Amino acid sequence: MAPELRETFAHELKKLEEKILEMGDAVKKMLAGGVTAFRKKDEAGLDSVVDMDDVVDKYNLEIETRCLELIALQQPMAKDLRTIASIMRMINDIERMGDYSVDIAKFMKKMIEEEILPLSEKIAGIEKVVEKMLNETVQAFIKRDLKLVSEMIKDDDIVDDSFHSLFEEVVAEINKNPAIARSAIYLILIARYYERIADHITNVGERIYYMETGVLKELHV
Amino acid sequence: MDYIIETEKLNLFYGTFQALIDINLRIEKNIITGLIGPSGCGKSTLLRVFNRMNDMIEGVKTTGSVKIAEKEILDSQIDLISLRKKVGMVFQRPNPFPLSIYENVAYGLRVHGQKGKKVLEEAVEKSLSAVLLFDDLKDKLYMNALGLTLEQQQRLCIARLLAVVPEVLLMDEPCSALDPLATMRIEELMIELKKLYTIVIVTHNMQQAARVSDQCGFMLLGELIEFNETEQIFTAPAEKRTEDYITGRFG
Repeated sequence: MAPELRETFAHELKKLEEKILEMGDAVKKMLAGGVTAFRKKDEAGLDSVVDMDDVVDKYNLEIETRCLELIALQQPMAKDLRTIASIMRMINDIERMGDYSVDIAKFMKKMIEEEILPLSEKIAGIEKVVEKMLNETVQAFIKRDLKLVSEMIKDDDIVDDSFHSLFEEVVAEINKNPAIARSAIYLILIARYYERIADHITNVGERIYYMETGVLKELHV
Repeated sequence: MDYIIETEKLNLFYGTFQALIDINLRIEKNIITGLIGPSGCGKSTLLRVFNRMNDMIEGVKTTGSVKIAEKEILDSQIDLISLRKKVGMVFQRPNPFPLSIYENVAYGLRVHGQKGKKVLEEAVEKSLSAVLLFDDLKDKLYMNALGLTLEQQQRLCIARLLAVVPEVLLMDEPCSALDPLATMRIEELMIELKKLYTIVIVTHNMQQAARVSDQCGFMLLGELIEFNETEQIFTAPAEKRTEDYITGRFG
């Protein structure tokens, strides 16, 4: 079999894709680690989640730099160009997911110090769907599977509905018992940040769609 | 849409070898069209169809239809001199005549019967200005053209075409012999010239095709595989063979 032309470039692209998967994996650990630590009331565990953001930020800078280098040195075209351009956008979304994970951990810590409401159990449910979305998106990226992207987009609706439903429940609780307002607001903020992470995951899904089809469009209407 | 070049079922044979297969193409006026593809795919052959330069090669047979400004040029009654006035060509290696700069530009006009000194002078100034040579060379018009730099020689060759007021400029790898800076300047010139002329360029340099062309055709083994807006060809080509070529998966 004849050797593939541009082996070096193909190898560099593969390395780039591996890096972004590692970045996504770091965010997955932050999400999972946050909710586990919260359940155990493990404040040190939540601090670890906050520290992990530096790892995500480092990946962001490293991957962006490498993308620019590849554009300058290899003059990618067509699918290669779309892949690199998409990765440059995806890392922004993943970096924001990391930031939101930090915010979630900080408010979880505040809730532990203040009061953990029974409604907090719902957070685990929302986090589970967000983690599922992230897993689907990672697999969609690895396999270039647009069906998985569609599945993930449907899950975003579940997250949105869960957030709105929790919001109403929390408002009802505050009306019943105003003393819990502070913790309740932390809870709403945490749910809101998960909802924002889900939005960023859908952005990544749209970039995967673009990588494969060359069509840029809002998938989540 | 204003098409200046149209081909329909264009086939060309060098003896028994078929170099162009069923080419159907429409090129718009006042844009730059790039033809890309691996060596031997038929790009230069196709280019030479547009001014019937292939006629000079023994054993060539061309079938189908080729229209330039709605006039069928494969017709045996066609005046080839008029055609080549309307459809000029520059080549990879600049080929100024061993004459003065002035005479190089005036040559075509003289061949077509123009003798008036004032007319010739005005045409020379206009053509050299169009290729941004006049200011540099106005005091050296009677210098031998072979003393110019390669870039200047190529500009001069273009000026030579412009003097006879063409409609189409065919460029067969016009920057291959030039350094990167000279290439950049010729590319800038092409973009300027397309305001008045239609340009078709054959190039091995894909980045050049991406930079200068408005539409691009990818050819392979004598066939026109894909023809589309340059942005589309280089970001999301429809054909896998085009994608494989422009991503360097084969060359």
